Amino acid sequence: MAIDMGHAWIPNSKEEIKREMLDFIGVKGVLDLYNDVPEEILISEDKWNSLNIGMKRPLDEIEVSEVVEDALNKNIVFQPRKQFIGGGAWPHYIPASVRYLAERGEFLTAYTPYQAEINQGLMQTLFEYQSMMADLLDMDVVNSSMYDMASSLGEAILMAARIKKKGKVLVPEVTNPFHLSVAGSYSAPHGIQLKKYKIDKRTGYLDIEDVKNKMDNDIIAVYLEYPYQFTGIVDINAKALGEIAHEKQALFIVGVNPVSLMLYKPPGELDADIAIGEGQPLGLGLNFGGPYLGIFATKWKNELVRQMPGRIIGLTEDSKSSDAYAMILQTREQHIRRSKATSNITTNSSLNAMIAAFYIALLGRKGLRDVAEAIWYRSHYASRELKKIGLGSPLFTGEFFGDFVVDFKKDFKEIRKGMLKQGILLGIPLADYVEWATDSWGLLSFTEVHHKGDIDFVLNKIREFM
Amino acid sequence: MFRQAKWDEPNIYELSNGREGVRFSHINDTFRDIMGEISIDANMKREKDPQLPEVSEVEVIRHYTRLSEMSYGVDNGPVPLGSCTMKYNPRVALKYSSDDRLAFIHPLQPEESIQGLLKALYDLQTWLAEITGMDYCTLHPAAGAQGELTGILTIRKYHEIKDQIGVKDEILIPDSAHGTNPASAIMGGFKAIEIPTADDGNIDFDAFLAALSERTAGFMITNPNTLGLFEERILDIEENVHEKDGLLYYDGANLNGILGKVRPGDMGFDIAHLNLHKTFSSPHGGGGPGSGPICVKNRKVVDGITLKDLIPGPMIYYDETEGIYKIKWPGRYSPGLLKAFFGNVQQLLWTYVYILSLGPQGLKETGEVSVINTNYFVKLMEKYRGYSIPYGRRFRKHEVVLSSEPLHEETGVTAEDVSKGLLDVGFHAPTIYFPLIVKEALMTEFTEGETKENIERYAKRLGEIEDIARKDPEEPKKWPKNTSVGRVNMVKANHPKTLIPTWRIKILREKGLIKTLR
Repeated sequence: MAIDMGHAWIPNSKEEIKREMLDFIGVKGVLDLYNDVPEEILISEDKWNSLNIGMKRPLDEIEVSEVVEDALNKNIVFQPRKQFIGGGAWPHYIPASVRYLAERGEFLTAYTPYQAEINQGLMQTLFEYQSMMADLLDMDVVNSSMYDMASSLGEAILMAARIKKKGKVLVPEVTNPFHLSVAGSYSAPHGIQLKKYKIDKRTGYLDIEDVKNKMDNDIIAVYLEYPYQFTGIVDINAKALGEIAHEKQALFIVGVNPVSLMLYKPPGELDADIAIGEGQPLGLGLNFGGPYLGIFATKWKNELVRQMPGRIIGLTEDSKSSDAYAMILQTREQHIRRSKATSNITTNSSLNAMIAAFYIALLGRKGLRDVAEAIWYRSHYASRELKKIGLGSPLFTGEFFGDFVVDFKKDFKEIRKGMLKQGILLGIPLADYVEWATDSWGLLSFTEVHHKGDIDFVLNKIREFM
Repeated sequence: MFRQAKWDEPNIYELSNGREGVRFSHINDTFRDIMGEISIDANMKREKDPQLPEVSEVEVIRHYTRLSEMSYGVDNGPVPLGSCTMKYNPRVALKYSSDDRLAFIHPLQPEESIQGLLKALYDLQTWLAEITGMDYCTLHPAAGAQGELTGILTIRKYHEIKDQIGVKDEILIPDSAHGTNPASAIMGGFKAIEIPTADDGNIDFDAFLAALSERTAGFMITNPNTLGLFEERILDIEENVHEKDGLLYYDGANLNGILGKVRPGDMGFDIAHLNLHKTFSSPHGGGGPGSGPICVKNRKVVDGITLKDLIPGPMIYYDETEGIYKIKWPGRYSPGLLKAFFGNVQQLLWTYVYILSLGPQGLKETGEVSVINTNYFVKLMEKYRGYSIPYGRRFRKHEVVLSSEPLHEETGVTAEDVSKGLLDVGFHAPTIYFPLIVKEALMTEFTEGETKENIERYAKRLGEIEDIARKDPEEPKKWPKNTSVGRVNMVKANHPKTLIPTWRIKILREKGLIKTLR
C-alpha cells in the first residue's frame, strides 16, 4: 500500500512506527507473527489484493462519497408524508433533538457497560427507557432491548416453554407474517407448535369460541397482537382472551405498538404476563427493515423475572451511598451461565432503546398522546372518506388504529404501481404476504406525518384511479 | 489527569414539571374540527394515564448531554475490551448510515424502486463472501449471537434433511468459547459438549477426538480463540469433523486478527458469522444494535440441495432477464426468518462505506496492525511480575489474555481492582474474568485503532497499579475515585429486597407495596 503516513484509521500503520514495534517485538516482519498458521492456508498478498473486495483499492473520503451518493440516489425516496404504508414499521416524524442526542459519541461508541463506574450516564438513560416503557405498558420489569418485535416474540415463546414446559402456543391467524416466521424459527427446534386461532373476518376481532375450542391442556401460552399489524384492528376481546388463557394456566403474551397505548388498554390492564412490542415508532427510521427495537417486559412475578431474557439495568448505590446504576440479574445471561442462560442475546438494540428514551422524554405524556390521537384521527378520516367513494371494506370493520384494510375491488398491486408513478408509496398488497387476503386488498396506513392536504391528495389520486 | 464529569443528575421523572418538550399541540386541530372528539369503546380505553415525564426541550437536551458526559466510548479513549473489537467508528460511515435517503425507505418498498440500495447490499454480500472465503452470505441476522443461532438452525436443517437429526444432537464447543456459543446451541435444540483447552492454548486434541462421535452435529470454533491464539490443528479438526458428517461453524468474533491472512473458507469451515460491529467498525451504541451476517460454503446436503438453500435469511440476486436486483426470501428448505424484514441495514451500509474506504489492502493492514499492537503490548508487559501471560509464548493475534493472579496472590488485589485503577486514569478496562479458564483474567484487545503511545501508557499504568498494590494493598480497593461514581454496590443491586429494575418498582418499594422476589 502506497501510504507512508499510514491510514487515518490505523494510527500505527505508519511504516516507521510499525518497524519500531516489530523490532521491539523481535521479529523481522509481520508474517513472523502468523508462524502458527499452516502455510497452505495462508493467503498471498497478491491473491488477497486481487479479490473482489470494495473497489479493489482504498478510496479516499471524496471517492467514497461519490460511490455512496450514487447508491443512495438510485432509489426512489418517498418523503414520509408521501408514504401510506405500515404493517410493522411506520413513517414517523423524528424530532431533530432526538437525532442529535443519538449521535453523541459517548453513547454511540460505547460498549455494553461492563465497567459500571465509567458508564453511569449510559445506564441511567437505559434505566429511564426501561422505566418509561414500564409506565407505557403498565408492566413492572422491562429489559434494555431485544433486536425487534419479531425476535421478542420468539424469545417470549421460549420463555413460556421454560416456565410451563413444552407444549403449544396459540397465535392469531392474522399475526404479522414476518413475526410468525421468526416465531416458527425459534420454536421448531424445541418441538413447540404454533397453533392459529381464528379471526372473525367481518369485525376483525378474534373468535372467542374458536380460542376456547383450541385451549387444550398442552397450550402453554396465548399470544395477542395488539393492534394486529396486518389489519390495524385493536381487538375488543383482548381482555377476555387473557382470562381464557389464565383459566387454563397458560401465559398471556401481548405484542403492542407502544404509541397506541396512550389510547387503548395497555398490557398491564389486560393482565398480560409478558408484553412485547416494536419500538420503531419511538424515534427510529425505517431503514429498509432495521435496526429496530424489541420491547420485552414482564409483571413482577418471580418466575417471570427470573426467566426473562436480555440485559436489565437496575438502580443501586456506590461506595458512598450515592445513587448508581448497574447491570442486574446477570446470572440469567450467557456470559455467566453459558448453556444454562435464558437466551444467547448479547449485542441487543441499546442505542435504539436510548433513542426511544430521548423521544418519549421530549414528547412527554401530552406529546405522545397527541401523536397517538393524530394516528387515530388521520386513519379514521381517511377510512371515512374512502367509504364515501365506495371503498370501504365489508371486512375488518372493528376498532382500528393507524392501519386498515381496504378492498379496492381490483388488483391492488396495479393501483400501487400506478401510485408509485405519482410519487406515492401506497400500502401493502396483503395477498403477497398472507394467505387469508385476496389480491384486491390493500393495507393502508396513516400517521402524524400526514396532514389533511396529504391525505386529501392521495384520496383524490385513488379516486382518479378507480 | 482524568476527572470524569460528576453531575448530580436527577432521574427524568424527578425533572418532570409539566412543561412541553417538542411542540405537537396543534397537529390535531383540523381533524378535531371535522371529526369531533375521538370515540373509543369504553371497555377498550386505557384506564390510567401512564406516568410519563413532561420536561421542556432544553432540559431534555441538558439532561442527556450530562448523562453522555458520564459515559465512555471509543471517542473518549481506548476501550480494549477483549473479543469486543472496539475500533474507531469512522464518521463518514455514520453520515451515510443515518442519511434520510435510507431512513425513509420502508422495509416493504418495491424492489424496483430501490435498485441503488439493493446493488450496494448485493456488492456487500459478495465482498463478505470474498473476505471469508465462503460462497454465499445472508445479511439478515441482527447480531453475532443471532448469526450463531442462524448457523445452528442451518446445521439442524442439514441433519433434518439428511434424516439423521435423531442421532446428531451434539454441538462441540471449546471451553474457551464465548458464552453465546453454548447458549446458541441450546436455543437451536442441541446439547453443548465442552472441549477442554490444552496447555499450549489449542484445543486438547485427544479430548476432542474422544468427544467426537456419530452424535456430533457440528463444531463451533472461534479462531483465533479467546486467548488470542490461532488453532494450529484446524485442518486436522476439519478433517475429523467432516468425517463424522458434522459441520464446522466459524464464530467470527475474532476475525480482525486474521483479516487478509487466512480465511475461514480456506480453513474448511462450512458456515461462518461475522460481527459487523466488531471487525467492520459499526459502533456498539452502548450494547447494540449490531449485525451478524452468515456465510456458507456451497456444500451439498442431498442431491439438488446445498447449504445455501437452508439459510434462514434473505439473499439478494441479480435477475438477468429483468435486469434488476431482487431479494430471494428463504425457501422451503429453510427454517424461516430470524428477525422481521431484511436486516439491520444501517449497519450494513456502514460496513459498505468501511470496506470501500479500506479496500483489500486496508483490510489486510487492519489485521496486521491489530496483531502488531497485541504483541507489542505483550512484550511491554513481560517485565511486570504481577501479571502473567498464560498458555505459552506463542504470538497472539487480535488479543491477549493477561492474568493478574500473581499480583492477586501476592497482594490480594483482584482483576476487578486492577480494572478500576485503569478507569481512574481515563482508560476503559479490558474484559475481566473471561475466558473462564484463566484466573484473574484481563482480556485485552487494542485493535488496529489504538496508537502506540496509548498502548505504552496503558502498560505503564498496569505497572503503576502493581507498585501501588505492593505498597498499600488496601488502596486499590478504594478505586475508582475519578469516575462519576465510586465502586458500585453489586450486592445491593441484585439483592431481592433491594432490586430496582424500573422507576415504578422504586416507588412501589418505597411505599412498601411490592413483594420480594425469591
